Amino acid sequence: MFKWLHPYAKPETVYHLCGRLMPWLMGAALLLLLLGNIWGLAFTPPDYQQGDSYRIIHLHVPSAIMSMGTYSAMAIAAFIALVWQVKVVQWSVLAIAPIGAVYTAIALITGMAWGKPMWGTWWVWDARLTSELILLFLYLGVIALSGAFSDRQTGAKVASLLAVVGVINLPIIHFSVEWWNTLHQGASITKFAKPSIDPSMLWPLLISILAFKILMLALLCVRLRTAILVNEQHRPWVKALAGD
Amino acid sequence: MHFQSWAEFWAMGGYGLFVWLSFGSSYVMLAALAWYSHYQHKQFKRQLSAKLAREKRIKQYQEQAQ
Repeated sequence: MFKWLHPYAKPETVYHLCGRLMPWLMGAALLLLLLGNIWGLAFTPPDYQQGDSYRIIHLHVPSAIMSMGTYSAMAIAAFIALVWQVKVVQWSVLAIAPIGAVYTAIALITGMAWGKPMWGTWWVWDARLTSELILLFLYLGVIALSGAFSDRQTGAKVASLLAVVGVINLPIIHFSVEWWNTLHQGASITKFAKPSIDPSMLWPLLISILAFKILMLALLCVRLRTAILVNEQHRPWVKALAGD
Repeated sequence: MHFQSWAEFWAMGGYGLFVWLSFGSSYVMLAALAWYSHYQHKQFKRQLSAKLAREKRIKQYQEQAQ
């Protein structure tokens, strides 16, 4: 049933596939990010309570959603790498971690810049903010652990283990605004209910979310290609590639 | 277009500092990550070609010496 998938476990195939996909993904991500952000910054009405400060939403929500989406992707890859020991998947765990870390940092910084004018403080130790900060530490932990062993394989395995265990933080982040009394507001977009945000503000937001998703794939392509070269540098196909 | 002038756009209804701080720092971080990922890829390729060329030269020299 999954036989069509087998060639994609071969590093050489993945290297060339990523090389072909990357320019398209990067171009699409840049276009969508520009479109969504310019639309959100200049062509939507201000919020009736928050004025123009709410425009930070067009970076805050996409980066926050994708900081969790990237973590899910990394954790699934880590699980596959631990159970079935597919090499390319193992390398992609380490390739994707810095992307998630940057997304999480963006979510935190834009959140602080939004919190200062609206809540009157840059930071509070509230459940949503704290669990998102822990997510940043989980990403940094995966990056640090993978480099902490002299043997690359051992480091990758331990980092994958941390990535899988850290999944417990995702539902905590998601439900933190419902479980605890937080300063952070509840969700404006959910899968099951009608969004509590006006359509004129929703569309640019959805475009920016898509842009962050595609940008993650584009950056993963670049980083995974480097990881494949580093790990396969003694193979004939890499030597042929670097020779000329 | 919601704003009447560029000055109004940059002011963001008095929230300019916070809005542009968010957008500025986010773009800088994303650009840095993209640039560094490309740089790492290019750098490793360069190092690998240099290493292979060096190995080739050593091999040629050893063959000459025999």
